Amino acid sequence: MSDFTPDEMMTIAASRALTNDDVCFVGIGAPSAACNVARLTHSPDITLIYESGTIGTAPDVLPLSIGDGELCETALTTVSVPEMFRYWLQGGRITIGFLGAAQLDRFGNINTTVIGDYASPKTRLPGGGGAPEIASSSQQVYMTCKQSRRAFVQTVDFYTSFGHGDGGDHRQRLGITTKGPTLLITDMAVWQPDEETKEFTVHSLHPGVTREQMRDSVGWDIRYADEVVETEPPSAEELTVLRELKARTKAAHERSSRSGSRSQSDG
Amino acid sequence: MAFMTLREAVADTVRDGCSIAFEGFTHLIPHAAAHEVMRQGMSDLTLIRMTPDIVYDQFVGLGRVKKMIFSYAGNPGVGLLRRVRDAAENSWPKPIEIEEHSHAAMANAYEAGAAGLPCAMFRGYLGAGLKEVNPNIKSVICPFTGEDLAAVPALKPDVTFIHAQRADRAGNVLLEGIVGIQKEAVLAARKAVVTVEEIVDDLSAHPNMTVLPHWTVHAVCKVPGGAHPSYVHGMYDRDNAAYLEWDKIAADRQAFADWMEEHVMRASSDDFAKRIKGLERAAS
Repeated sequence: MSDFTPDEMMTIAASRALTNDDVCFVGIGAPSAACNVARLTHSPDITLIYESGTIGTAPDVLPLSIGDGELCETALTTVSVPEMFRYWLQGGRITIGFLGAAQLDRFGNINTTVIGDYASPKTRLPGGGGAPEIASSSQQVYMTCKQSRRAFVQTVDFYTSFGHGDGGDHRQRLGITTKGPTLLITDMAVWQPDEETKEFTVHSLHPGVTREQMRDSVGWDIRYADEVVETEPPSAEELTVLRELKARTKAAHERSSRSGSRSQSDG
Repeated sequence: MAFMTLREAVADTVRDGCSIAFEGFTHLIPHAAAHEVMRQGMSDLTLIRMTPDIVYDQFVGLGRVKKMIFSYAGNPGVGLLRRVRDAAENSWPKPIEIEEHSHAAMANAYEAGAAGLPCAMFRGYLGAGLKEVNPNIKSVICPFTGEDLAAVPALKPDVTFIHAQRADRAGNVLLEGIVGIQKEAVLAARKAVVTVEEIVDDLSAHPNMTVLPHWTVHAVCKVPGGAHPSYVHGMYDRDNAAYLEWDKIAADRQAFADWMEEHVMRASSDDFAKRIKGLERAAS
């Protein structure tokens, strides 16, 4: 299989990082696709948890929001939101928190709150939702996000979710005992934090991606590992599973939307 | 508990300047109740909700909101809330005060309200920027271990509105599916109003399904379709197209005003039943 998009490569590379033993707290969007591809390929026994309270969910189509009915109907059990955050997340049962980001820096700090000043923002974003505590209470955090100069910035405008702060032992100094961001999968590369400095470092480039393209899509001086490899391209099976999942999702959401014109007039 | 029309229940419970929670986590969002409050004109409101989506966008766009307490202000699956953005970025139609939290904090704060505690404590906000901008996020030291924990005030809304599948003839309320924060939001409130799809002789509830005894709610109102465009587990699906369309409507001040006039101000809670046509689930 030779023909695939950068988006497909990102989702599939992210899916490979998960295992059957993981209990994964799934963020909406790109993380959700990756987690379900993992479940439908190499990790059928992975436990997927969404913050609406659904535990052990196995959706046939990707949810539009973290509270879609599909998640509840296919879950092992559905708990209340306070139980989700207290017993399951704060209680330490989540092995991987999988987050997306609007803006992130080289230490894996995430901003989804504001662009510009908090009190008089240039752009008011939705805010953190579950992410601040997913970032600190999950045993480790994986992140997935498309690279662009707008998203990959020198300094985030707001620390919605703490990654490695200023790097080094900053987490420990704040009393955080979990590992924090350990993996960043983008549409161009796979990054891991340096053991000492905690700065994200490129470990593999997706097929066809050049260092020049990398430079143009990231707002800081990129560090590369001593040995940078090429990401294994998607297999035929991985691509088929992902494309079928996306096709089922599109068909299901169009069906449940009925005709757009009617609902606009009725509201 | 009294059975009332939604119009009566809103007139009976909501005043200018009061604090209201309309809860629902994507599922069971009490849209009809929110529209009734908009129609009756109450203003200067403090609106509380973990996930203020398009109903709070509507309240903010109408200029009825003094303050919003929330943890995620987005249009789920679509993007940003354009009326909330216009208020936060341009003070249009007027500025709003914002008290912003994380989901964990809001969930703990409602639970503390339900439990009669003055505040909630939990392990959270570690390294998070909200601590710097929200004076209601403080910390307490665990007297046993010395651990520094986050503390936030309990949430105690003047009125909580929720939507549920059904009530029985005594007014006991059954919720099933994604139950979110609704039980806590009801028990934390001074008064709670529940809109339901139907009123039945027997709830036929599994012993562990979420039932709110009739004496925990102030009023029950029958409003079929009252969650639309949100969904009701086992009864009707989410109207995803309506959420997508909202993004276009809310992008323009005049389009917003026109839409609100037609679909809220000149409508009634009886109109919700026809809005779910074509979205119903076959009875199982």
